[in-house]
Amino acid sequence: MKILQFNESLCIGCHNCEETCSKVYFKTEDISKARLRITEKVDDFNRFKGCNQCGDCIDVCPEGAIYRMKNGAVTVDKKICVGCMMCVAFCSDFHYHDDYVEPYKCLSCGACSRSCPTGALTMKVEG
Amino acid sequence: MKILKEYKYDFTEIIHGYNNRSLKINLSDMKIESKQISEEMKQKFVGGKGFGLRYLWDAVTPETKWNSPENEIVISSGPVGGITQYPGSGKSIVVTLTPLNDTPMDSNVGGHFGPLLKFSGWDALELQGKADKEVIVYIDGNEGIIKIMESNIETIDSHILSEELTEMFAKDETDKRNYSIVSTGSAARYSNVAMLNFTFYDVKRKKVRLKQAGRGGIGRVFNDKGIKALVIKYEGVKSDLNNPANISKINRAGIRFHKEMNRYDDEQNGMRKIGTANIVEVMNDYDLLPTHNFKFGSHKDIAKIESKVFIEKYITQNIYDGCWHGCSMSCAKAADDFKIKTGPYAGHKVIVDGPEYENAAALGSNIGVFCPETILELNFYCDTYGIDTISFGTMVAFAMECYENKVFTKEDTGLDLSFGNIDSALELIHQIADGRGFGKIVGMGIKFMKKYFIENFDADPKFMFDIGMEQKGLEFSEYMPKESLAQQGGYGLTNKGPQHDEAWLIFMDMVNNQIPTFEDKAEALHYFPMFRTWFGLVGLCKLPWNDVTPHSNKYSKEPAKMPEHVQNYVDIYNGVTGKNVKIDDMIEESERVYNFQRIFNIRMGYGKRTNDKIPYRSMGPVTIEEYLSREDRYDKQLKEIVGYNLTNKSTEEKMAVLREYRESQYEKLTDAVYKRRGWSKDGVPTIEKLKELGMDLPELVDIVSRHL
Repeated sequence: MKILQFNESLCIGCHNCEETCSKVYFKTEDISKARLRITEKVDDFNRFKGCNQCGDCIDVCPEGAIYRMKNGAVTVDKKICVGCMMCVAFCSDFHYHDDYVEPYKCLSCGACSRSCPTGALTMKVEG
Repeated sequence: MKILKEYKYDFTEIIHGYNNRSLKINLSDMKIESKQISEEMKQKFVGGKGFGLRYLWDAVTPETKWNSPENEIVISSGPVGGITQYPGSGKSIVVTLTPLNDTPMDSNVGGHFGPLLKFSGWDALELQGKADKEVIVYIDGNEGIIKIMESNIETIDSHILSEELTEMFAKDETDKRNYSIVSTGSAARYSNVAMLNFTFYDVKRKKVRLKQAGRGGIGRVFNDKGIKALVIKYEGVKSDLNNPANISKINRAGIRFHKEMNRYDDEQNGMRKIGTANIVEVMNDYDLLPTHNFKFGSHKDIAKIESKVFIEKYITQNIYDGCWHGCSMSCAKAADDFKIKTGPYAGHKVIVDGPEYENAAALGSNIGVFCPETILELNFYCDTYGIDTISFGTMVAFAMECYENKVFTKEDTGLDLSFGNIDSALELIHQIADGRGFGKIVGMGIKFMKKYFIENFDADPKFMFDIGMEQKGLEFSEYMPKESLAQQGGYGLTNKGPQHDEAWLIFMDMVNNQIPTFEDKAEALHYFPMFRTWFGLVGLCKLPWNDVTPHSNKYSKEPAKMPEHVQNYVDIYNGVTGKNVKIDDMIEESERVYNFQRIFNIRMGYGKRTNDKIPYRSMGPVTIEEYLSREDRYDKQLKEIVGYNLTNKSTEEKMAVLREYRESQYEKLTDAVYKRRGWSKDGVPTIEKLKELGMDLPELVDIVSRHL
């Protein structure tokens, strides 16, 4: 399974990763719709929030809409999800946007790492 | 099944929580019609219970009885009902004229029916008339088809019936989640306290679950109308189906609340572990747990039925138990694979919903049963037979006290009804379901029993009225109001009878001493009943309001009101409807419906001061045994508050003085509450009050004018 890795010392806060993520999944470069978060810090390293695909959220979903895909990443079945937001409250790696009913999360597709100009984001194979 | 009537309808868009139309089905002539809902109807009655009461008023006359064909059962959720982001948003309110005294009854229930009804295109469902042959009413909310079918199903009891119907209608396992069934059970054929079960499909357990519209005998009306079941299907539930005006407000409030549950539930109430039964031992500790027909407030054997026992031995942990989508409070707990020992399902392994607090107290301490397995078995049979657990417990407790006082004997009834007799309690429940033996009498409710015992067993009427814990025909729910004047008002000064859904003030009054004066109590008996009424207008459950406490409450001037959660409700209500209301506006919305219901009661001959009196058992010690059990407390009150010299006084003398004092306190409280609510001394809403609320409708003014 591939997991997103972050090297804080290389991040320049360009937000290419978030724009790319939003574009891949929602056809718009709107970082509020990205499935990962880079928070810029003054006089400190930037912070990264991204899913490690631990799967603890699977049991949290009352509808049984969260499952692990064949590639190991955890995702939401939009057909089953009713948009209750319990996963969003349970784990900060779930995201939602008022434009969409269903919450969403990182699927370890790697598009963000490929758009990273400094190599701060990489995909590492684990497990 | 033979189709007796089919009706096709088109869909209209839900706008800000409303379809703006309701469905009326008359079972006598099989007429099905769509009715428009006016802006005025929404403005004055909001939805849910408000719509139910308005439709019922229009359907009946002052002469209508519970079993008259024109009586209706109305089911409605409310404008907020069906959102999935905020806990407790799937309630239905059911309204009918109750067999207990032929006045309007309302009962709220979880399960999926109400929201699915709305998403199927209908803000309310009116069921009127009586079918010649037993029918099933099927609503397909995706196809836009309603069918009335002649039932060919022999099963009567809810736990099997609702499973059979789900299996019969759903095309596969995945489809089952789209169904909700409404049914009752065997007891509905005979008992005045029969209730309705509303289902939801538990996708984790792969089982049909039951939630109850418990209070007031609505199941009996359902059965009398010849309805076997209501079946609804709607596939495609999502958080935006109400077409909310501002989904952002709803999302944010929901996530905020879910986080609070994650953070605080384990250290606070443990609602996700055991639901409302978490307070069994708390009530016992504060001497508030009804024990032996409300004689006492605690019992030495409490450890046998405290919440820990159910958590550790019976109730499945770490599984989602919400009765509507998105309820992170998840209190609809269940005991899986529970083996039944008696009755027609002996040997079956079943799923038992609960026990909720009320069930543990009603089926446990109040009838002297301190056996968790008996509580669960009674709970199971109450549910599947369609018997209200609260009324069952309070009725049996009354019968047991009568038996212990030799009002009747074992020879009269065939049963040893001593407190705590497990075999007799179980036998009684089967008798109620079959309408046989002494169970047939008990199943008619305490109001009926009192009269029956006076007429047939020569019982002392005064004693019957003192210990029979009913008012307006409805049995008391399971809190001891004896030492809390405010809670006596919370039970007595209600519309439908002594049920804690209007005001639960015991802790504010007794434990925290937050409402010491009559005026304070009257204010609480205005605000809380109105605030709680509002939940029933919009389709919400009350529990998430105060069964977890937000951090901000520590700094609140009015912690009992839970201001942060009230703000959540303002947000989600405005978020759905696009209104811009504040809490005061919500209280006023409730006041309109509350006063309407009060006048409806008066119209039916049952809503004035004389009907707000409560049995003395709920106010003070009826017997010497009770007085002596709290002698220090009562002596102290007589000495310090009443100023009574106790020297050389017998217990009987002290009891008489205490009674006079306590009854006068209740009268003073009644005066203060009526004044605060804008009612006359006789409990009739004044015309000025109706004008102030914009409820000076001619039909209301006509009623109150005759009583002012």
